[in-house]
Amino acid sequence: MTLSTADDTRERELVQLALSGGRIYPRKHWWRIAGMAVVAVLGLVFIETFIFNKNMQWDVVFRYFTSEQILAGLVTTLELTAITMGIAIVLGTLIAIARTSSSAFLQSVSWFYVWFFRGTPVLVQLIFWYNLASLVPEVGIGIPFGPLLVSTETNQLITPFVAVILAFGLDQAAYMCEIVRGGLLSVDEGQKEAAGSLGLTSAQTMRRIVLPQAIKVIIPPTGNQLIGLLKYTSLVSVLAVPDLLYAAQLIYSQNFLTIPLLVTATLWYLIVTSILNIGQYYVERRYSRGSTREVTASITSRLFAGLRRKKEHVDVS
Amino acid sequence: MSVESEKVLLRCIDVTKRYGNLEVLHEVSLDVRAGQVVCVLGPSGSGKSTLLRGINHLEKIDGGAILFDGRLVGYEERNGKLHELKERQYMRTRSRMGMVFQNFNLFPHLTAVENITLAPRLVRRADSAAATANAVRLLDRVGLADKANSYPRQLSGGQQQRVAIARSLAMNPDLMLFDEPTSALDPELVQEVLDVMRALADDGMTMLVVTHEIGFAREVADEIVFMADGAIVEQGDPDTMLTRPSNPRTREFLAKVMS
Repeated sequence: MTLSTADDTRERELVQLALSGGRIYPRKHWWRIAGMAVVAVLGLVFIETFIFNKNMQWDVVFRYFTSEQILAGLVTTLELTAITMGIAIVLGTLIAIARTSSSAFLQSVSWFYVWFFRGTPVLVQLIFWYNLASLVPEVGIGIPFGPLLVSTETNQLITPFVAVILAFGLDQAAYMCEIVRGGLLSVDEGQKEAAGSLGLTSAQTMRRIVLPQAIKVIIPPTGNQLIGLLKYTSLVSVLAVPDLLYAAQLIYSQNFLTIPLLVTATLWYLIVTSILNIGQYYVERRYSRGSTREVTASITSRLFAGLRRKKEHVDVS
Repeated sequence: MSVESEKVLLRCIDVTKRYGNLEVLHEVSLDVRAGQVVCVLGPSGSGKSTLLRGINHLEKIDGGAILFDGRLVGYEERNGKLHELKERQYMRTRSRMGMVFQNFNLFPHLTAVENITLAPRLVRRADSAAATANAVRLLDRVGLADKANSYPRQLSGGQQQRVAIARSLAMNPDLMLFDEPTSALDPELVQEVLDVMRALADDGMTMLVVTHEIGFAREVADEIVFMADGAIVEQGDPDTMLTRPSNPRTREFLAKVMS
């Protein structure tokens, strides 16, 4: 095969250019630029409408930000979330173990539990527990179907706070059960066999072998669930439990500064969920022992590494 | 060759196992005497692994009996009837049999030393320091003294299997069961595992080994058992079994694996 002299020169020029290490002009992404322009305009409109809106009254937002009522509401919200999540994790894990057990009875009972609590709205359950007194006026400890030995009025025992804990705890446990079950199923059957062949009982195997491995799979959706729950607790305002949202509502029902106080509550919700996000990252890292060959970096060093990479990337282009 | 005694450590009598209508073990009878190394050969699906898992009570058998050290595995006799043992009771028997799996089944969230010390600490209530010292000694025995604090994922397949063997040995078993211990390994890693097993046999460990390594069987086994279709077809000393097998199925199998 022969190349014409002209082609030959052209090719040599191209090779020279490619090897010279000169600047390469990146491809222009016109659609991306157009998209960015649209988003930028919408963003400016948003800022103009909401942030620089004098009806927003930022001074009010921050005046109430650390007010006693709002802070008390925040504490109630955190308490509700923590207690409910504690119940949900313990109960959900037990139900998940029952669902994956070899006993047909335990399997069906736990299946029924999940079916029932996942199938009913949590708001309905909330109102149900709150009104339990109209169904069962007295509760106590005694002989089943027989007389009560110790008893109290239902309304004394099921305060609004307790109603909320019951409703959310039982409801969330159903979801946690499914999350934990997914984690348990992710652990290889051979792990149980190996533990069994060494003489570990099934309880020891569950605690020492299966759960520690399942936890890696369980944590990410649990973090999601926790953040969801924190927000769901705002439903308790219907029972007049003074949580973060209800505290804000109480204030604006008197001074009619509705939007600023909702923003106060919103900011607090955002702060708490952000903290939970960071916490989740560290918990995930703690439980990824043995799953990678390298040591994982902290969240800040990862962030900086990301920025450095971005910068290098820019330098190249 | 290893030291043999007359004492029968493991006795399988007419062991039968079914999955639905499929009979995977059909009246398998086998004796293993203390100190003996028995290798089980046979094509895949012949029931070799199921037999091992039955012996270790990882699977319940549907017929026959398995006796370990003179006692039924998993059951006890009371007033002329057989009762299933409580978990703690059969776990005590089970922990006297070491089991090495094809896929190692090391605990990935624990280091090599933690893998080895877990069972002695939980099942035998061993003191932590003593268990660790013993684990380090065992790791040294399988040639992995420097890997004590490595996680399984940081080890090669051959190293993982050697840790798994050390983990079983930590319970001071009277019998070691090997379920195709080298089948999941890259060819160049097979030898290091076989070396450890050979040393174990030389030390007088009683071993029942399901394997495809004919060379190992020829060299180490006191007896070779050939299984096909869930039954023992032929058994005898390695020399006879590997050079002059009488059963056509044994001959056919050997011709395939040795070509």
